[in-house]
Amino acid sequence: MKVKEPFFWVNISCGIIIMVFIVLPLVEMLTAPSLSMVKETIKDKDVLRSIWLSIYTAGLAALFSFVFGTPLAYILARTDFVGKRLVESIVDLPIVIPHPVVGIAILSVAGKNHWLGQLFSDLGIRIMGSVTGIVIVLTFVGLPFYVNAVKNGFESISPRLENVSRSLGASMTSTFFRITFPLAWRSILIGLIMCSARAISEFGAVVVVAYHPMIAPVLIYERFEAYGLAYSQPVAVWLVSLCLVLFFVLRILTLRTGKSS
Amino acid sequence: MIEIKELCTKLGEFRLDDINVAIDKNEFFVLMGPTGAGKTVLLEAITGLIPVQKGCIYVGGKNVTTLSPEKRGVGIVYQDYSLFPHMTVRENITFGLRYNKIKKETAKERLNRLVKNLSLENLLNRLPTNLSGGENQRVSLARALMIEPLVLLLDEPLSALDPRFREEIREDLKKLHKDSDTTFLMVTHDFAEAISLADRVAVMNEGRIEQTGTTEEIFRKPCSTFVADFVGMKNLFAVHFSGTEARINGLEIDIGYTPPQRCSYIAIRPEDIVLSVKKLDSSMRNSFCGVIKALIDRGLYYEVWMEAANTVFKATITKRSLFELSLREGMNIFFSFKATAVHIF
Repeated sequence: MKVKEPFFWVNISCGIIIMVFIVLPLVEMLTAPSLSMVKETIKDKDVLRSIWLSIYTAGLAALFSFVFGTPLAYILARTDFVGKRLVESIVDLPIVIPHPVVGIAILSVAGKNHWLGQLFSDLGIRIMGSVTGIVIVLTFVGLPFYVNAVKNGFESISPRLENVSRSLGASMTSTFFRITFPLAWRSILIGLIMCSARAISEFGAVVVVAYHPMIAPVLIYERFEAYGLAYSQPVAVWLVSLCLVLFFVLRILTLRTGKSS
Repeated sequence: MIEIKELCTKLGEFRLDDINVAIDKNEFFVLMGPTGAGKTVLLEAITGLIPVQKGCIYVGGKNVTTLSPEKRGVGIVYQDYSLFPHMTVRENITFGLRYNKIKKETAKERLNRLVKNLSLENLLNRLPTNLSGGENQRVSLARALMIEPLVLLLDEPLSALDPRFREEIREDLKKLHKDSDTTFLMVTHDFAEAISLADRVAVMNEGRIEQTGTTEEIFRKPCSTFVADFVGMKNLFAVHFSGTEARINGLEIDIGYTPPQRCSYIAIRPEDIVLSVKKLDSSMRNSFCGVIKALIDRGLYYEVWMEAANTVFKATITKRSLFELSLREGMNIFFSFKATAVHIF
């Protein structure tokens, strides 16, 4: 066998360090609480409520992203226009803004001093400390992941398929629903999962807008602050397990796309 | 059937400039030109996929310049087949039915006919990814013809295929064209395809149409240096005319008549040049002696490059003749051609 250069060993060692760096803390945390304690935790109404709240607000964020993000992703994938780069940068903005700043930014629009906040309050919609507020924040942080995933999906579909469909008499709308959408559904699904995975892990922005009702990350933080590490770990176990499930589904889906293309 | 008047448009780097074409009903019209000539842009302008800046497009007597693609009655077949990958062959072929008012019986009869003519019987329930290139292209043709468009545009339909399938699809195209009332407009850069299929041909270059005419006309009487070069007029020379003669570096070529003014080129097809080891005693007015500079194997034939008076002439010769004449580089050779084989422009 050929003797490997030091270069090779440097690469391998760095790789191993990163693996350990990511996996070790997670494994440590997952195995720290005893099984009975984990079981006990899920019987706690507050924990159950907060995890459920996390799931469904993240789901709603994905739903809003789907409804409003899909057409935008289509436009970005199919057309070239002046300022397209700007629009794309704006879509990416929520990724780079520090999370608490996102919360503060949303509050500054939702407050009574702003006409939009005034309008919401007249309509009886409360943002501060409400589920509505949480969903708005989660949509804000999750949207870029959805739009980008779906945009890539649309881009990978040849516009010629749409051209042919139209030459056969189908309108733009029929073409979208009979050709583009069915071919992009996997990307859309991946986009939904990425978006909700991002949303479910949000803490900083949510805690500014709505400490109560408590989503799971906020609950974990509160337990940690009030009772310490041992009390926050079991809740964390449940949340992480949930995220891992999402993540594995995503991996399986993307792997299958890779194979078929 | 199609009439294009003073069409101008631009798409990225491609542009069309003052395009004028008229194509008759049920004609097989071929648009030729090198890559980047704007052929595909012209097709897309006809389908309505790109906006037109100036000029008009008429399809079936109707001005469709501003109509959306689905209302034009123009079908399209692409080089890459562009079949809908999530639908079976049958679903692909019948895709357009629901948008066109076609009676059920008519549709059924038409489907059976197309499936039979294109031998797709055993493929109907398969997905396009499992088909060969030739099969894919036949499905794509069936799909386009299923709704009997007024005009069928074919964007290099044979280029992506293996030579074996190419021949096959070419015959299919011929048959389909004969059997239907649809006008065919095909884009290609292959002159052989044009010769075997086209009623008429237009040659495009840099967004303009250089020449329109029957294949014969284009082949025999190219009207510009570009067309001559494109269709394979390998011997193209800048000359001085004097009376009925053209002069290149002291060679005097008899062209049989006084050329019109402003002409400064002659072209001779390589297959019109006759080679001989001894001087021929024939009616051919032009006979010169040259030295063989190169013998190039072109597969089915050889190309012979000869130099006379610092001018290189190219002739083609079969392999058999090459051996019979025992040609080799450096030997002297006589080459002759008729005055009528000389094209002037």
